[in-house]
Amino acid sequence: MEHTQTLQLYGTAGVRYNVEAMTRSDVQLMLDVKAGDEASFNLLLQKYRTPLVNFLYRMVRNRGTAEDLAQEVFLRVYRARKQYSPSAKFTTWLFRIATNLALNSLRDNRYRQMDVSIDAPVEEDVAPLQLPSRELRVDEKMIERDRSEFIRRAIATLPEKQRVAVLLHKYEEMDYGEIAKILECSESALKSLLFRAYETLRVQLAPLVSESVANRAREGRP
Amino acid sequence: MKKCEDVSKQLIAYLDRRANSAERHEVEEHLAACSACHQRAEDFRKLWGVLDEVPLVEPSLGFDARIRARIAEEPRRGWLGWLVPQPRLAFAMTLLLALSVWMANLPHEGTVGVTDPQDFEAIKDLGVLENYDVLSKFDALSEVPVDAAPADQQAQPVNPASDQRPTTEE
Repeated sequence: MEHTQTLQLYGTAGVRYNVEAMTRSDVQLMLDVKAGDEASFNLLLQKYRTPLVNFLYRMVRNRGTAEDLAQEVFLRVYRARKQYSPSAKFTTWLFRIATNLALNSLRDNRYRQMDVSIDAPVEEDVAPLQLPSRELRVDEKMIERDRSEFIRRAIATLPEKQRVAVLLHKYEEMDYGEIAKILECSESALKSLLFRAYETLRVQLAPLVSESVANRAREGRP
Repeated sequence: MKKCEDVSKQLIAYLDRRANSAERHEVEEHLAACSACHQRAEDFRKLWGVLDEVPLVEPSLGFDARIRARIAEEPRRGWLGWLVPQPRLAFAMTLLLALSVWMANLPHEGTVGVTDPQDFEAIKDLGVLENYDVLSKFDALSEVPVDAAPADQQAQPVNPASDQRPTTEE
C-alpha cells in the first residue's frame, strides 16, 4: 500500500510537501502501521524525528544520546504497533515513551556518578552554569550560540519533572491535560510545577530577560 | 481579591491564553492591584521570548537510515509464526501443565495412602462398613437365634424346618 503522495511546489527545484502527513491524523497513521503499512510509519518518523530529537537533546544535553534515545522511541513504537489502541493522543504516547527513556538515561548517568537523589538537578559533565556578567550582557560579541547554550543549560538545571513540563509546554505547545498524562500528575499539580519552573528560569536567565527589556525599550517596543 | 499564591497557579494559563474567562478576570484583577505579580507576569512573557531563541537541532543525516535498518532487523512472523507460541505464552502454558501434574499427584482429601498389604487387608472393606445402606440390610441378623450354631457348624447345610421353629419354644 503506497501512501506517500507528494506535492511539488515552486517548479522543479521546489519544496516537496508530504500531503499525506498533513491530512491524515497521527492516530490514523498509527492504525495503518498496525495494519502493516510501513509507509505510514515513515510518515510518523518524518513528522516527529526533529521534535523528538530536540526534546531529548534538551532533556539529556548530549546530542548523541538524544539521537540514540529517539531511535529507541521509534523502535518501541514500531514494536508496540500490534497492541496500539487509540485511547489517547498519539503524541501523548510518543512523548511519554520519550520522557521515560530520558529520565532513565539521566538516572543511569546519575547512578554512575554515585548520586541517587531523584529530584536533584542534573549533574552535567560540563562546567557549572555561570550567569553572564552585566558587562557580558551588553557585549556585542556574545554570539547567538553562547546565548542558546546559556539558555539550554538553564533549562538543564531544572529538576527533571519541571524540565519535562517546560519542554512540553513551551516547545511542544501541548495542552495541560496531555502534559499531565505524560507526567502522571493532576492538571492543578502541573500548573504549580510550571509556575515554579518558570520562576526558577526567570531568576536564572534574569540577565537575558532584562536585556530583552532594554532592547525593546531601545527599539521603542512595549 | 485572590492572594498571590492562589494566582500563581492560574498565571501560566492566563499568559498562554488557555485560562477561561472567569480565571482571566480573577488574574487581571489581581495583577492590577499587585505590582510584584504584575512584574512577574511581564517577566514570564519576556522569558518565553528568550526561550524561543534556542534554535532547533536537526537529526543527523543517517537518522532515518539507522532506524530503518534497526526495523529491518526486527524478527518478522510469517504464517509459520502462528505455530510458534510466544515465549511468555509458552512459559505460562508450561507452568500450568506442571502445576496440573503436581496437583494430580497430590493425595486426595479423605483418602489414605496405603502401601503395606496388611494395612490394605484391614481397610479394604472399610467402604462397605461405612455404607449405611448396606448395614441397614443386616437388620435380618437380629432374627438369628442367640444360641446359633458355632461358626464351624454354620458351614453345614441348614435345615429349613429348624429355621422356621417358632420363637416361643426358646
